[in-house]
Amino acid sequence: MNLLALIVLTAIKITLVLVVFLTAIAYTVLMERKVLGFIQLRYGPNRVGPWGLLQPLADLLKLLFKEDFTPPHVNRVLFVLAPIITAVTAFLPFAVIPFARQIFPDEFTFYGVTFDLTAAGLNQGVIADINVGLLYVFAMGSLAVYGAVLGGWASNNKYSLLGGLRYAAQMVSYELALGLSVIGVLMLAGSLSLVKIVEAQKDMWFIVYQPLGFILFLTAALAECARTPFDLIECENELVAGYQTEYSSMKWALFMLGEYCHIIVASALAVTLFFGGWQGPYLPPIIWFTLKTFILVFVFIWIRGTYPRFRFDQLMQLGWKVMLPLCLANILVTGAVMLLV
Amino acid sequence: MQTLFYILAGTALVAGALVVFQTHPLRSALWLIVNFFAVAGIYLLASAEFIAAIQIIVYAGAIMVLFLFVIMLLNLRQPEEPMPMSALGSRILAVTLAVTTGFLVMFGLKQAVIIPARTGPPGLGNTESVARLLFTDYLLPFEVTSVLLLVAIVGAVILSKSRLK
Repeated sequence: MNLLALIVLTAIKITLVLVVFLTAIAYTVLMERKVLGFIQLRYGPNRVGPWGLLQPLADLLKLLFKEDFTPPHVNRVLFVLAPIITAVTAFLPFAVIPFARQIFPDEFTFYGVTFDLTAAGLNQGVIADINVGLLYVFAMGSLAVYGAVLGGWASNNKYSLLGGLRYAAQMVSYELALGLSVIGVLMLAGSLSLVKIVEAQKDMWFIVYQPLGFILFLTAALAECARTPFDLIECENELVAGYQTEYSSMKWALFMLGEYCHIIVASALAVTLFFGGWQGPYLPPIIWFTLKTFILVFVFIWIRGTYPRFRFDQLMQLGWKVMLPLCLANILVTGAVMLLV
Repeated sequence: MQTLFYILAGTALVAGALVVFQTHPLRSALWLIVNFFAVAGIYLLASAEFIAAIQIIVYAGAIMVLFLFVIMLLNLRQPEEPMPMSALGSRILAVTLAVTTGFLVMFGLKQAVIIPARTGPPGLGNTESVARLLFTDYLLPFEVTSVLLLVAIVGAVILSKSRLK
């Protein structure tokens, strides 16, 4: 297969995945509003379409037609760049997360031309199976901080700046715990490739061997996504809306897109690392993957509906004095057990 | 491959030069991030995926975030005034230093021999081979480095806490 065909086919596959992913994000917003409504004994959105199912479309149209206001005295380049960085770095990690074993047949014939889809793994249920997959996800996750930090600085507003600074401190603190919490899984699977990690869970999910690892991962992921109870960066009673204060219309929508994208990616990553990825009996793999991911997304929303926000010193204490030692102990115990068994 | 290398190397050089010539520290920091990305790309071309990923996570994702944090805390909004060129002595010193460095660079370039590119064994730069080397042949330097970092942490804590007493 020639290079041009390869590029075109890859682009088609990426577009397909992206469209499904974007739809999933839109409906995660609706799901959050519905679930929060249920938790708080109200209905949630139920006017647009049956059971409010067209609400995401209405939200999008509203955001598109709002005035896109750029306040004076902002640093224009960075002000525009910040939401773009947030959205892009939120999307990129999904490229290495496997969502099925195989989504296309090995080859297909189009107007008499036969394309071999096994080239570059085009038929696989993952966009790119790279051998440092997990590190790639963490690399993209660590870049997400620039969106908020630069947005907060460029807004030229004290509240925005404070939100951005809090985000930087929070991300740097919890990245460590996030990285260390999955070392146990890596030791069990013996690979950084997410496809191989899923295959290693053929007989037993890693949650069975790594329950503490999963709890630590989930907590650190909540902090990295800056979700309640870790949402000090947009803490409205202190900082108006944190780094998003000066943003409106589609720029603000890109920040929101990034946030919900992070939730889905974190859930999908947890499913891949601890819950056997797309594997499961009877149902097709892609259904299993979606089901497991959205159960975890529900947990994220449930936590938001349940817990109050931390204070900033509590956040730092939890990160450095509780999470980090527990992560190290988890690695030590896992290593010892693996040596003995 | 070669074209990609030249594009990445060019980006790294231009970004590196821009780091030096910016008047605002925040812009310097941002161009340094661009530079890190270009260098990570070069690592990828050399099939050292692990090093490339670590380059992004550690340098672009952690160290530069702390740099930005400090720059923003200091709130350096206005570019500082260019330093007045005062004494004749400093000018003479600057010219001497520049000429000496220029000679050194030219001398070095004349001595340099261009080695033809070699391809390493497959999987040279991946996580397993790096870990194997790090925990066998280079175990002592690795552990000594960790002690060095510990010393730095203790030093930083003492420096920041001694003033509080």
